[in-house]
Amino acid sequence: MIFSDAMLFAQFVSGLSRAMILFIMASGLTLVFGVMRVINFAHGSFYMMGAYLAFTATTLLAGSFGFWAAFLIVPSLTAVLGGVVEVFLLRRIYEKEHLLQMLLTFGLVFVFSDAVRMIWGVDLRMVSLPSYMAGSVIVLGHQFPAYHLFIIGLGGAIAVVMWLMLNRTNLGKLMRGAAEHREMVGLLGYPANRLFTIVFMMATFLGGLAGATIAPAVRISLGMDTEIIAECFTVAIIGGLGNVWGALLGALIAGMMYSFGILVLPQYAMAFIYILGGIVIVVRPNGLLGKSSPVKV
Amino acid sequence: MKKDQKKEQTDNKGMRWFGCFILGLALVILPYILEKGLSPYYLFLATKVIIWILFATSFNLVLGYGGMMSLGHAAFFGIGAYTCALLLVKTSFPPVLAMLAGPVAAALAGMIAAFFSVRVQGAFYFATITIAFCQIAYTAAFKWRSFTFGDDGVQGIPVPAFISTEASYINLYFFALAVTVLCLYAVWRIVRSPYGLLLRALKEDPIRATFIGMKGQQYRFIAFVTSAFFAGVAGVLYAFLETSVAPDILSWTFSGEVVLMSVLGGMNLFLGPAVGAAIMVLLSTFVTSYMKYWLFTMGTILVLIVLFCPKGVAGLVVDKYTSWQRKD
Repeated sequence: MIFSDAMLFAQFVSGLSRAMILFIMASGLTLVFGVMRVINFAHGSFYMMGAYLAFTATTLLAGSFGFWAAFLIVPSLTAVLGGVVEVFLLRRIYEKEHLLQMLLTFGLVFVFSDAVRMIWGVDLRMVSLPSYMAGSVIVLGHQFPAYHLFIIGLGGAIAVVMWLMLNRTNLGKLMRGAAEHREMVGLLGYPANRLFTIVFMMATFLGGLAGATIAPAVRISLGMDTEIIAECFTVAIIGGLGNVWGALLGALIAGMMYSFGILVLPQYAMAFIYILGGIVIVVRPNGLLGKSSPVKV
Repeated sequence: MKKDQKKEQTDNKGMRWFGCFILGLALVILPYILEKGLSPYYLFLATKVIIWILFATSFNLVLGYGGMMSLGHAAFFGIGAYTCALLLVKTSFPPVLAMLAGPVAAALAGMIAAFFSVRVQGAFYFATITIAFCQIAYTAAFKWRSFTFGDDGVQGIPVPAFISTEASYINLYFFALAVTVLCLYAVWRIVRSPYGLLLRALKEDPIRATFIGMKGQQYRFIAFVTSAFFAGVAGVLYAFLETSVAPDILSWTFSGEVVLMSVLGGMNLFLGPAVGAAIMVLLSTFVTSYMKYWLFTMGTILVLIVLFCPKGVAGLVVDKYTSWQRKD
């Protein structure tokens, strides 16, 4: 098989845009785990919700304005929903076993998926792009869908904002402190509850944002929640759970593996990342950028 | 005093045997009542409950006794079902061997999955690695059209007549019942053995258990593979019941149903998952005949159970019973 340069470059760009969506998702997942030690299965549901909400928002607010408004409104709505989930459900079981938290968010996956079905039905939905985004642009003599470049830019921006937030703000320091030593937050006189709510809302904002961003590029369908969550978990694990840069690294690997894998074995490109996940676990059980734990059990 | 105690014990034992006898009798009469008295559909349902009881109990070996949150058990159930179905449809394999090949294939797949999953630390990593495994199996079943018939699934499985006939589910009911009782007894012996106790110690406090010299990974490996084997048995029975298998049964959300059964019934009790399985199968039939939002119902139940009744239905009943007995 011989691939032309143009083809490889095109796959590289599409892999990068896929990676950025995964990064936006996985960083939310990893923030919640790092700070709260909660594994949020429902993260994919917020993503799906984001995509469907983007559909509704762009239908209600037609035109280019609607499209951009959706980018702000949709993630805010999923963040509010996330806040409700944290305050009314999750908060009640922080003291109990980890397993129960997992099960709770797992239950929410089912609830949300049927809720989406009730609201939007089973039909596939599409979001159309403003005309200036729908076309393609020429980079280095090759044509690319403009929207892919937009996604890549957005992912980069999120990474920068995340870095600034974690390293330059008090909230970020508190979050990093909590990730290292959870009791510290309380000792510093900061209400841990509030921090947890903020972090969870931030994560669900990111989930909704990823959904709204992917919406114009795919057919929005039921089942996109469980599809992405499995991949997103694997990405987080490959990078090292609880580590934002690990999420970025894992997402890049996953995106590239998919877009180049599809050239080699188109049928099974989906499965590559899971196989890699298995290998990483065996070689480095805490992920590529994760710290190893001293006790082996 | 001592004599009284002894007498009470023998009384208890007598009661227990009597209870078993009544239960057995009921299970033997039940299919005839269901088929003749109500409709063959109820017999189908009863058989389905039995199969799910086996699946849920085998799964609980991993979750309740091993403390491992596997979300990949649908893979073993599905591999068991697919192996048997494909052998019967595509080859002239003797049915009995095809039946045995199902669980063996499931156990082999379990070995591969366990090789990766038992060495990870933490419930989340474990869940993810098992989901990943399940996704791989699902992708294979879905995309490998020439081998698995893709999303059409394997249709028209030729079920041997001594297991099930088109006319009636009675044979299948008894076959599934016998297999399930046998498997449940095997699982019971395992969890009651010294090995079972070690497994539970490992679940309660993995670090301490490791410090006293237990080989955590090895113990978990054995539990996982055993559980995969029995899940495969359930899968074979399922293939006989439905006479078709589709890739759906390999998706990780399907694993979720069996997780819910365990939790709903009570994962800390041997028969908890069985109770959960019975409730879930009957409830899902009931709910889906009235409305289409079964997942919503199931998710809500799971959330409520986690928040208000983490011991599960059977756990709650046992608690109430013991406190009532103490008062006596």
